[in-house]
Amino acid sequence: MPERERLYRAEGIVLSRRDFGEADRLLTVFTREYGKLEQIAKGVRRPSSRKAGHLELFTRVQLLAARGRELDVITQVEAIETYPHLSKDLQLVGQASYILELVKLFTVHGEVNREIYRLLVETLARLNSGDPPSKATRYFELRLLELSGYRPELFHCGQCQSEIRPEAQFFSYIDGGVLCPNCGREQRGVRPITLAALKVMRHYQRNPFSTASTARIQLQVHQELDHLMEGFFIFLTEHKLNSPRFLRRINQNTVTVIEEDKIA
Amino acid sequence: MRSAAPKPVERLIEAFARLPGIGPKTASRLTYFLLRAPEGESLELAEALQEMRTHTRFCSLCFNITSNDADPCLICSDAGRDSSKICLVEEPLDVLALERTGEYSGHYHVLHGALSPIDGIGPDDLRIAELMGRLQDGEIQELIIATNPTLEGEATAMYIKQSMEGSEVRITRLARGLPSGGDLEYADITTLSQALRGRSEI
Repeated sequence: MPERERLYRAEGIVLSRRDFGEADRLLTVFTREYGKLEQIAKGVRRPSSRKAGHLELFTRVQLLAARGRELDVITQVEAIETYPHLSKDLQLVGQASYILELVKLFTVHGEVNREIYRLLVETLARLNSGDPPSKATRYFELRLLELSGYRPELFHCGQCQSEIRPEAQFFSYIDGGVLCPNCGREQRGVRPITLAALKVMRHYQRNPFSTASTARIQLQVHQELDHLMEGFFIFLTEHKLNSPRFLRRINQNTVTVIEEDKIA
Repeated sequence: MRSAAPKPVERLIEAFARLPGIGPKTASRLTYFLLRAPEGESLELAEALQEMRTHTRFCSLCFNITSNDADPCLICSDAGRDSSKICLVEEPLDVLALERTGEYSGHYHVLHGALSPIDGIGPDDLRIAELMGRLQDGEIQELIIATNPTLEGEATAMYIKQSMEGSEVRITRLARGLPSGGDLEYADITTLSQALRGRSEI
């Protein structure tokens, strides 16, 4: 937690915000210096607020806050980066929301995690710069799992420890990784994973984004991983995720209908 | 822990505390104020609450709040208003704000929220399908999107625009710029650049 001084300065990204009181907003900000914090921004719903425009979602801000008895009050704020393209495309709005939603779920109040912070900033910048959103998101997912101690085991069977051969396998949420066909077949609550999807996960897990993103990934494989990862995150956090549902709904109108698959 | 207040009192405190912006302290204060005030005052409040609930409904056209005996609502049924324009807002309170300007004489459509992926609010949770229905009859020439200038409001505007592709209705968005009485040096980049792009002759 912040030290004893009353005022503190931090750099952060607004993860969520909701209306509070007459014209205030309650914010959850993930800061580089102090981790995830709840802060209140007074009067920001008034058009004349000096802070409002700086405290939007998907904005990296420098802020000055005063420690309060229950909530810290944001006294000054300035946007460092606004990632303008994120809010101009519904697909990107959904993807970036997904990123924020996961960061919010995977971080603990007042716990500093500079690596996740850096990953968040990098991912928003990637989405904003026009990198393929599915790739930026995929990379973020695997890195977030790794940084929070849930790095999926993709090389050895989670049960018999035998080396995973290049064939279709099973993915087990409980074991946190792949199971060989022998162990997986018998197991309840596992889902199949194609060789192509497994390869993508391995590739993304082992390489930096610049290398990982060069691989071409078929749409079906991305869709398979969308479902697999969503299921894994729901299993880990015991929370339903809102953004993937939103993305599916938005894409219904424009691209193809992605079939909701059943997770055993 | 058992509360020292009698049950009926406790019940009202809890009911007050569920209202937005009211904490347990304010809730108790309001309750004890009513206890001490003349009986008529509480009864009037109770009656007003009940009437508000039982005598109102959503206007079947614009989904603003209206009284039971006026559907379509007073705005929708006002022959003096310009029926070729619809102004799209998030909340009923936004209608009141726009009406206060005295500048607008068209109709409204209340969405009851804005798209928000994080909160799980999708197009089906808003009155969007109903809006599309209204736009189909050919009478409407302009749709003024007046959702809030927040990320959610913008996303909603974007979605509406996408859903109306190919429609002949003119779609406009409320201008974004500097607030009156504001100070340029405090303006954020987004607002300032939009104000610059949307500058007008004087």
